[in-house]
Amino acid sequence: MAEYSMKTPLRPEDVDRLRAGDAVKLTGDIYTARDAAHKRLVDLIKDGKTLPMPLEGQVIYYVGPSPTPPGKPIGSAGPTTSGRMDPYAPILIERGLRGMIGKGERSAGVVEAMQKHGCVYFAATGGAAALLSKRIVAAEVIAYPELGAESISRLRVENFPVIVAQDRYGGNIYRDGQKQYAR
Amino acid sequence: MANAKRKKVRTGRAKKTAPAKGAAKRRPAKKARKPKRAARSSAEAKRAGAAKTARKAAPRRPAAKPAAVSPALKVIDAKRIADVVAMLSMEANFDLCGDVEKAIERGLGLEESPVGKEIIGQILENAAIARAERMPICQDTGLAIVFVELGQDVHVRGGLEEAINEGVRRGYTEGYLRKSVLGDPLRRVNTKDNTPAVIHARVVPGRTLRLWVVPKGGGSENKSRIAMLKPADGVEGVKKFVLEAVKIASADPCPPIIVGVGVGGSFEQCAMNAKRALLREVGSVHPDPFYADLERELYRKVNDLGIGPQGLGGRITALAVHIEAAPCHIASLPVAVNMNCHAARHKMAEL
Repeated sequence: MAEYSMKTPLRPEDVDRLRAGDAVKLTGDIYTARDAAHKRLVDLIKDGKTLPMPLEGQVIYYVGPSPTPPGKPIGSAGPTTSGRMDPYAPILIERGLRGMIGKGERSAGVVEAMQKHGCVYFAATGGAAALLSKRIVAAEVIAYPELGAESISRLRVENFPVIVAQDRYGGNIYRDGQKQYAR
Repeated sequence: MANAKRKKVRTGRAKKTAPAKGAAKRRPAKKARKPKRAARSSAEAKRAGAAKTARKAAPRRPAAKPAAVSPALKVIDAKRIADVVAMLSMEANFDLCGDVEKAIERGLGLEESPVGKEIIGQILENAAIARAERMPICQDTGLAIVFVELGQDVHVRGGLEEAINEGVRRGYTEGYLRKSVLGDPLRRVNTKDNTPAVIHARVVPGRTLRLWVVPKGGGSENKSRIAMLKPADGVEGVKKFVLEAVKIASADPCPPIIVGVGVGGSFEQCAMNAKRALLREVGSVHPDPFYADLERELYRKVNDLGIGPQGLGGRITALAVHIEAAPCHIASLPVAVNMNCHAARHKMAEL
């Protein structure tokens, strides 16, 4: 289990270096999107329209934060279950998305796209939402404010702690970790 | 002011029992007062009866202000209920219950996986931050599930259901909690104030109103299951179903989890018991030795699955397995599993 500090956007060589089980601290801009935002992004791509944010090298965080209280950049902001984004993720990966942050295992279709185009799936600790919000220093809604917690925001993160859950080589800490500790 | 209010919150869960049974346990303490109350109410009844007769015969006194409620009843204003529910909604989301936190600390000592230890460490640090800064433990502040035990000698002045929803509305707004409720499951429009609450009310003996606010996140709720087993499946069938449910859920309900199991009852009662089982104090032993043994066995087997914290592999998959059994039909063996994430939130108040 190696430890890395990485800046976003991610370069292809960053993704190539990472293996399932590695701990990474991310710094830079990342984007939030959940189910409803994913549906809209994919619809835009299908219609050949421009997206509200760049995808090349970017990282999407599956999160619907709690409302921002006064004096804080964001409310509590832990990951949501990634599997719900599985139908949409391959299309975004094909368009250059290089990292995803969420919780729970990804489907075969997502893994295939990750291997083919070079993308990594990070797990953040579900339910550690107050702690994770401390690593977010700025947040700005950039699209779909009407979706509330499901809108797309650009987050500036500093040393945001994640674990490589599934790498671009088919490495999978859910599968391997669980096998290691099962008895 | 907030501090004074907070003091009213009790430990957050009934010792060893789900709501209704907790009431039964406390009853003996109040026995002494019972005869007095009975005497008073019968005297009151006589007086009321006499007044009625007197009025019929000769209405010479000016009509008294209508006494809506017998003094034998404890009157609780709906407004006070709304205040308490608002406070509980916030406290439940900010302040992780002590028994859950202790169980997580114990898990840190038992976990062998380095990644698992790192995650449990983050979970504990998170609880401390949430408490200190009064921030939600988890961004998914859930459906507001409210258990109500209404003493039969309590009169609520105003609408109880309305008061609970008003409390949820206010607590979720003032506490900057996420509003995750859709008005309709298929048309999917957010109600924007986290109402309606899911209210489970029971009438119990006594003059006390107890309220539990149980915020329940979608991630763990989505992994819950129910089955109508054949009686021939027996205890082995129940074990198999519980283990399968945990295995299929894997990382998604945010392990380390608490596994609530309902066995027996009717279809809906079984599901309800699985949920009630989640309210029991973590680390408490089932009062029935048969189920205490079954809980221990399932706890061991669930943790032997190796799913571990956040499903990344490890020793600590569950903090506890709690079972609530109920009498059932000769033809049935229902079993339900309700999962709770490590952010097992609930607060209780007594009025």
